[in-house]
Amino acid sequence: MRILVVEDDLEAQRYLVNGLKEAGHVVDDAADGETGLTLALSRPYDVAIVDRTLPKMDGLNIVAEMREHGNTMPILFLSALSEVDDRVKGLKAGGDDYLTKPYAFVELLARIDALMRRRSPSSVKTKLLVGDLELDLLTRIATRAGQTIDLQPREFRLLEYLMRHAGQVVTRTMLLESVWEYHFDPQTNVIDVHISRLRAKIDKSFDAALLHTVRGAGYMIRAR
Amino acid sequence: MRGSLLLHWTPGILRTQAFRIVLIYVFVFAVSATTLVGFTYWYTERSLNAQTDQIIEAEITGLAEQYQRLGLRGLADVVVSRSIHGGQGLYLLADNLGRPLAGNLDEWPRSVTLAGVFTEFQYDRRVQSQLVPRRARGKAFLLVGGFELLVARDVDERDLTRKLFTTTLPWSVGLMLIFGLIGGALMSRKVLARLDSINRTSTEIVAGDFSRRVPLSDAHDEFDALAENLNRMFERIERLMKGMREVADSVAHDLRTPLNRLRNRLEEAQRRLDPQSPHAADIEAAIAETDGLIATFNALLLIAEADSGMARGALTQLDLSAVVADVAELYAPLAEEKNIALTVMPAGVLTIEGNRSLISQALANLIDNAIKYTPAEGRVTIFAAETPSGVDLTVADSGPGIPLADRARVVERFVRLEESRNSPGTGLGLSLVAAVARLHQARLTLDDNNPGLKATISFPRKPLRPQKGANRE
Repeated sequence: MRILVVEDDLEAQRYLVNGLKEAGHVVDDAADGETGLTLALSRPYDVAIVDRTLPKMDGLNIVAEMREHGNTMPILFLSALSEVDDRVKGLKAGGDDYLTKPYAFVELLARIDALMRRRSPSSVKTKLLVGDLELDLLTRIATRAGQTIDLQPREFRLLEYLMRHAGQVVTRTMLLESVWEYHFDPQTNVIDVHISRLRAKIDKSFDAALLHTVRGAGYMIRAR
Repeated sequence: MRGSLLLHWTPGILRTQAFRIVLIYVFVFAVSATTLVGFTYWYTERSLNAQTDQIIEAEITGLAEQYQRLGLRGLADVVVSRSIHGGQGLYLLADNLGRPLAGNLDEWPRSVTLAGVFTEFQYDRRVQSQLVPRRARGKAFLLVGGFELLVARDVDERDLTRKLFTTTLPWSVGLMLIFGLIGGALMSRKVLARLDSINRTSTEIVAGDFSRRVPLSDAHDEFDALAENLNRMFERIERLMKGMREVADSVAHDLRTPLNRLRNRLEEAQRRLDPQSPHAADIEAAIAETDGLIATFNALLLIAEADSGMARGALTQLDLSAVVADVAELYAPLAEEKNIALTVMPAGVLTIEGNRSLISQALANLIDNAIKYTPAEGRVTIFAAETPSGVDLTVADSGPGIPLADRARVVERFVRLEESRNSPGTGLGLSLVAAVARLHQARLTLDDNNPGLKATISFPRKPLRPQKGANRE
């Protein structure tokens, strides 16, 4: 995957680029807004990671400009600005996701993975399938190996999110943000408890586990 | 606007300090003016009487001399001549039975005795063949030989003045009160208008619009001096708030960058390290420590953000019941794991003006604390309800509670009670709840739940909001 990194803190940029390369991505970097915009408009990247405060051109303006040119490249803001308003501003300007510094690298990887996957035309599906687990989005019924699994509405949304990102690492923060729409960090790991309940429903009486814990990162649903 | 202002001050004016002061002033003025006039009158009358008495005494002395020198005949002659002379003098010489012998009084007045004291009496005076009753003041005494002599002076004019005075006094006092009250009302209205503008500005500043200033008049009076002082104060507050925000912003940026690098480097080291290496655990602990630092830092920034009132722009109409249901649902499995009964008391739609994210976080902190400190098999109850003054959001638990002496302290930053010092947490949870409450002009109260803690956020019915350009006069 090709990734553009626009970041003016060279130390942070070096780390980011190295990390992404180690994860197997092809990375271009820019240290100021104008260079970043030129690169974004001239080459097809799968995702762009953009800082908010940049010399020459602000991150918000880069994205606004890109969207004006009809460029739909997925964009993740990576910013030290963390206020309630800042996230809203970033998403309004055309960003697809917003991550606050300091961040955990696994969190960043999981998020860009999710962003890149979103581009593939698969969102019109009415049924999600992982192994013998099936989620019907129209009837809102979950079945595994023909057996109906009784799910609460929130559990359904949780499972739906996991299955839409089947085979990808999904972090606790991502789940909290997309399933509960909360952008704060609950001091206790409430998400783990929700996952273990969901796991009890979909995995317990079956041989093969589908919902896996990825140590130090989050969760992943996959069939093997 | 005019009409509503008029309606506003007419009944309200009676309760104002300015009007009360005017009222007291008018009353004191009326009393002192009446006393002054009364005293002047009393003193004047007394001196007039004294003067009259002096003249009468002199005359009596004169007449007594005549009587000694010329006998009864001589005295009668003098009395007749003085009586004809007229003026204010009244004389009557009578025999021992009271029959008039000489003088300008027709008969001996009934009330006059021979005690030798001054007495006032009524007599009839002939004015153009008509008898007019008049008052006089005089003294009578017994002459050697059994004759009686009365010397008096007419005081009817004095009485007329007195009558005039007693009838006009109530009127003047009444008029004084009426004019005083009207003047007072006008004055208080003026004072009120000035105070009103100061009040309005302060309210708007409290509501978060730090750019407002009290308008000055051209009068350069003490109100303007007050307004100027207040404006200077408001300017300083605005500067401080701005400074605080700038500091928070730059601290946010300047600390985030190195924290970010620190975490990056630790993660990089972790990635390069063989998982079997003995240092792997150290690095993992260092990363966890860093994350704790970041969490504390983020919480502090959020409190600063809430307290600076800058997040106020993000307030929207929201249903508190829905917010409660969502957060409770997030924590329900956690409570269940600990065998704690987490109950949400049902309530209808409770619309308040607020920031969903911040209220959710505050509520999450309260529920998290409640579950953390409540022993297994305990209870945590959440209820939101309408009150006369607004909407109350309460989280009550059956845990150990907080001793009364510590309740005020626990909302301060970094305060952790002895018992909880070893459990995870930043010590900022309740401070954040308090800051979120302040942002919503709500109040956080901690009560005894007998046993346990009962934390209540009381949202006001209508929070103050800065109104740009409105109500400016």
